[in-house]
Amino acid sequence: MRLLAAMSGGVDSAVAAALAVEAGHDVTGVHLALSPDRQTLRSGARGCCSVEDAHDARRVADELGIPFYVWDLAERFTEDVVDDFVAEYAAGRTPNPCLRCNEKIKFAAVLDRAQALGFDAVVTGHHARLADGQLRRSVDAGKDQSYVLAVLTAEQLAGAVFPLGSMTKKRVREIAAERGFAVATKADSHDICFIPDGDTRGFLARRLGEQPGPVVDAATGATVGEHAGAYGFTVGQRRGLGVAVGDSRPRYVLGIEPVSRTVTIGTADLAGVTEVRTAPPTWTGPAPALPCTAEVQLRAHGAAVPCEVRAADDGGLLLLLAEEQRGVAPGQSAVLYSPDAGCGDLVLGQGTVRATGRPVRA
Amino acid sequence: MTYLDHAATTPVLPEVLVAMAEQLGRVGNPSSLHASGRAARRVAEQSRERLAEALGARPSEVLFTGGGTESDNLAVKGMYWARREADSRRRRIVASPAEHHAVLDSVEWLAKHDGADITWLRVEPTGRVTPEAMAEALGDGEDVAVASVMWANNEIGTVSDLAALAEAAHAVGVPLHTDAVQAVGQVPVDFAGSGVDALTMTGHKLGGPMGAGVLLLRRDAACMPLLHGGGQERDVRSGTLDVAAIVGLQVATTSAVGGREERAARLAALRDRLVDGVMDRVPDVQLNGAPLDDVLAGGPGRLPGNAHLSFPGAEGDALLMLLDARGVECSTGSACSAGVARPSHVLLAVGADAATARSSLRFTFGATSTDADVDAVLAVIGPVVERARRAGLGRR
Repeated sequence: MRLLAAMSGGVDSAVAAALAVEAGHDVTGVHLALSPDRQTLRSGARGCCSVEDAHDARRVADELGIPFYVWDLAERFTEDVVDDFVAEYAAGRTPNPCLRCNEKIKFAAVLDRAQALGFDAVVTGHHARLADGQLRRSVDAGKDQSYVLAVLTAEQLAGAVFPLGSMTKKRVREIAAERGFAVATKADSHDICFIPDGDTRGFLARRLGEQPGPVVDAATGATVGEHAGAYGFTVGQRRGLGVAVGDSRPRYVLGIEPVSRTVTIGTADLAGVTEVRTAPPTWTGPAPALPCTAEVQLRAHGAAVPCEVRAADDGGLLLLLAEEQRGVAPGQSAVLYSPDAGCGDLVLGQGTVRATGRPVRA
Repeated sequence: MTYLDHAATTPVLPEVLVAMAEQLGRVGNPSSLHASGRAARRVAEQSRERLAEALGARPSEVLFTGGGTESDNLAVKGMYWARREADSRRRRIVASPAEHHAVLDSVEWLAKHDGADITWLRVEPTGRVTPEAMAEALGDGEDVAVASVMWANNEIGTVSDLAALAEAAHAVGVPLHTDAVQAVGQVPVDFAGSGVDALTMTGHKLGGPMGAGVLLLRRDAACMPLLHGGGQERDVRSGTLDVAAIVGLQVATTSAVGGREERAARLAALRDRLVDGVMDRVPDVQLNGAPLDDVLAGGPGRLPGNAHLSFPGAEGDALLMLLDARGVECSTGSACSAGVARPSHVLLAVGADAATARSSLRFTFGATSTDADVDAVLAVIGPVVERARRAGLGRR
């Protein structure tokens, strides 16, 4: 196959490209320049599109003897990922930018362009298994990235190759070291690539300005504090609330109401939810017949819980959770899996969380 | 492989390899007083004399440097500093916005860090700077430290009339530097005849080694050094002379200048056939720069080996990638340090819009180019452009 390897400069995409070459494919490497700030590119700040990362990716491509180019997708990335990220927070939701980048950039803008240029598929270093059009969790549960890929449709997955899904991260580093790649020991990236200093609240404050509002205690309805911007909070958050409520019981963010900028907090017994409503879902394959049972994962590194999946009248999904879950934030993706201990849990699809419901107590 | 990127660099000539290898096998610092040093000095000075002869300069006007970028930096900064020291009113630099980054960034650095004011020259749609534009920008010249205009543009290949520009500069007492990196060996370059005060050239654009350049500097042109040390080159440039590189640079330059007329005619014929063939296959292609048969002051008005084309609706980097995959090597112009393709500042300077500037390719012929190279491009250019157009822009 003619494959386009998206090479970030990290060890995963380097090994993915190497394995594609060694499997006999005709591979071309590209590094995606995503930062609209040319200074960032020039001064080499941390982040996914620094000069150092482009250099690291190019070094690997040169060692592999494959063509290598840099594609400038800064404009698309700014619109589809960064602006969306800011708008979602402004609307009181908690977005996942990596998911959005896979949906709109890597497996849309890049894949479309690759296919138009004559490539069959895009290779990335994501930790997920993909065979026969079925997307499954990585064998390395700690590194599994199926959550941020669940938004891909069957058509997008048909243009994707993930060579790393059946190996551990440890093995990936070994393969890189065996091939003499300088990136073999390069640190994993953790931060959001366009917020290299990791200060999401500071980033949002610069973009959205100060937007003060009340912090309200759900039990009493009383205003117990002030905040500088509701975008600094996420549902389920416990630390950094900046309020004293009188008793020593921990408080959690229960909800964010963007118009009145009200952040509602409450005790642990109020923080759990058993019902999740989502936007209209996307499926990685044929849509399952509903209702059905599945497991749902409600944030990037959360555990999966059994649930019943029902179709809602608005085209979305209604998920009835078998166990109460805390910190289910609107804007996050509810990813549905069909458990499979042998071949890896199968990703069915996902819907963006719109609302949650609490158990009715006697 | 079809190598049509001779403006980026050229294959080293066989006779250059021989001359350099011979020199690399010897010991000797040309500054040493013993026999080995004297032997090395003899080779370096012989090279200086032959280079001077090839370029219409005196041997004492030849300063060896580490390449074109260093020569440009030395001329722009060194002449600015020297002229300003002599008269503190001289803070203005007059330059073309289509210069190579070695000049542009030097000028902008002086503006940012050392109090310089910049006057950008008006550039014709072809990329040429006229003597009228020079006179207009200089005014009475009293506050001008230095002016710089390239002899031939590295992207679109347009030649300017340096003799006329030097006359305009000298009329108001301003020294003129020219970056002739692309011009030497392609069009007639006569340092003394042109009247310019400083001229940059380099070896690897005409079959010599990388990392070897020259600044021709008139004896009466004041210039402060960038590199301080042993004072080897007239105290304007320090550093042990790289004798092997110097002899390689000289052999290449002598050969390129000697065979210039015959080679220029051959390259122009290849280039014209390429442009005509592309126009047949891609009817809406646009030629950037001066017309192919442009004549200026009795010589070519456009570098004979240069074809610079815009393909509306296609991105230069997609075209380059598709051609590369088919064994055709050409260039899109500049990229930032991370490798992101950027619209050419040269095309923007001559009034092109950003989309046109992004849709351009540069093909440059050199001594080893043949008809087969033209055939190779013409065999694939139609489908490549069509495919690149379908690939869209990654933009909306």
